[in-house]
Amino acid sequence: MSRALALLKHPFWVGPLLIFLVWWVAAAGQWISPRLLPDPVSTIATLWGSMVDGSILRDFGGTLGRTLAAFAVAAALGVPVGIVLGSEVRIYRSLEFAIDFFRSTPATAMFPLFLLIFGIGEESKIGVAAFSAWLVIVFNVAYGVMNARPTRILAARVMGATRWRIFMDVMFFESLPQTFVGLRLGVSYALVVIIVAEMFIGASNGMGRRIIDAQQIFDLRQMYASIIATGCLGYGLNLFFLFIERTFLKWAGK
Amino acid sequence: MQRDTTLTFASRDVGASAAALQSGGPHLATSSVSAPRRNFDAGPRPAITIRGLKKHFGDTVLYDGFDLDIPKGHFISVFGPNGCGKSTLINLLSGLIPIDGGEILFDGRGVRDVTIGYVFQNYRDALFPWMNARHNIEYPLKVRGWTDALRQARVDELVAQFEVGFDLRRRPYELSGGQQQLVSILRALAPKPEVMFLDEPFSALDYEMTLFIRERLQTVFLQTGVTMLLVSHDLEEAVYLADNVLLLTKRPTRVADIVDVSSPRPRNEDTMSDPLFVATKARSLNIFKQEVRR
Repeated sequence: MSRALALLKHPFWVGPLLIFLVWWVAAAGQWISPRLLPDPVSTIATLWGSMVDGSILRDFGGTLGRTLAAFAVAAALGVPVGIVLGSEVRIYRSLEFAIDFFRSTPATAMFPLFLLIFGIGEESKIGVAAFSAWLVIVFNVAYGVMNARPTRILAARVMGATRWRIFMDVMFFESLPQTFVGLRLGVSYALVVIIVAEMFIGASNGMGRRIIDAQQIFDLRQMYASIIATGCLGYGLNLFFLFIERTFLKWAGK
Repeated sequence: MQRDTTLTFASRDVGASAAALQSGGPHLATSSVSAPRRNFDAGPRPAITIRGLKKHFGDTVLYDGFDLDIPKGHFISVFGPNGCGKSTLINLLSGLIPIDGGEILFDGRGVRDVTIGYVFQNYRDALFPWMNARHNIEYPLKVRGWTDALRQARVDELVAQFEVGFDLRRRPYELSGGQQQLVSILRALAPKPEVMFLDEPFSALDYEMTLFIRERLQTVFLQTGVTMLLVSHDLEEAVYLADNVLLLTKRPTRVADIVDVSSPRPRNEDTMSDPLFVATKARSLNIFKQEVRR
């Protein structure tokens, strides 16, 4: 009973159910040609089947691995650079235009360049995704450091803290909430670029490859099933970061 | 808004002080004839010596050759017209903003060599939300390299001394405004400072909390005897807490006068209606009004 009440209080299931119903009605009533829209039940059955036979897991794992690799590179290089830029406003101002320019350049426009540099292996896909995530991480970390509340820094200074101490004990924590915004955006950007790279640079596995393969052989159920699985991947990554934020950064904005 | 009420209250108090004068208050009778004081009788070793202090912001000259000796162990309230640099004065003294010229010495030493405490107006921005209240209070001790055991002992001592009735394991944002400001005050007191600076510490609190923290602050002062400099925008509060009210002029800022508050301690609500207190407040207000009109 209380479970049912909880479901009514947090009706998160209404949206997905609505999509399913509209999809089902549209497919059953043939509002949209079955050549473009398979029915939802058989699509989900296909997704289930691909999971049972393990074929989708290999692609899922490939994409997840590349995304995390790109993200790890971007975070390892982005957080320190962001901190340096943020703590020296003059350096940031002198590089602001360059950062904004590359941030506004679609990462996909850089594919050919990265192919030239890294060849058609994994490095070029991970490289371009990492580049795209790196920019957004640098930007957000720098912004977080720059916007550390001056009163807290003054408070630490008046208590006799050295510059380094203030940096470690105050600035670092002050910038953490914005850093996490950057990391969360960064992993999303990395996933987008990896999917596109798998489609067009080519890869032996990966969800991007799987989606485009299904489209090429006109296996619509498999294509939709793979899109749904990719959506789950993106959503799961987002959820994971939100969970980390809510667990460790309860004090953010306080 | 608050300023308005202060002024209305004040004009009534001038009447009261006139009555006090009629009844022959010796304090007022002498003070009303004496020339304004430009400096404290700070004794041979003042807590802070200010000589030829200069500070400007852009074209605005705030201090231009400001001299003052701040006596040890006094509670001094700083009061003056808007924009005269009350807060700037304690920020210059505490080294939060650099001086343009002159000299500030704490018994012969620079501010970097002295342990000071500073309580900010905005406790929410001054406390560290990623630490619990206890760790906040310990922080200045950690900076000074105290061991874990010593830090804990010091916080326990403070907790006992000020009868802290709430759980210090809570984060600042889980406490009420008054509790947070009390944590800020304890944090400032933890390393046993020689001088405490308080920048309008009550202005973000509601009245009930203001009264509560005011009492605690008086207790702190009575128990420790630490030199205190309080910036206040509320004359009654300034007089209530102080041994001396330092009245400043408009820019470029000089000392308008120094009013001694001789009401006995500990003071309480009754003090505020005591004729001596009322007269002292009225005298401070008169000087303030002359300065504003000037």
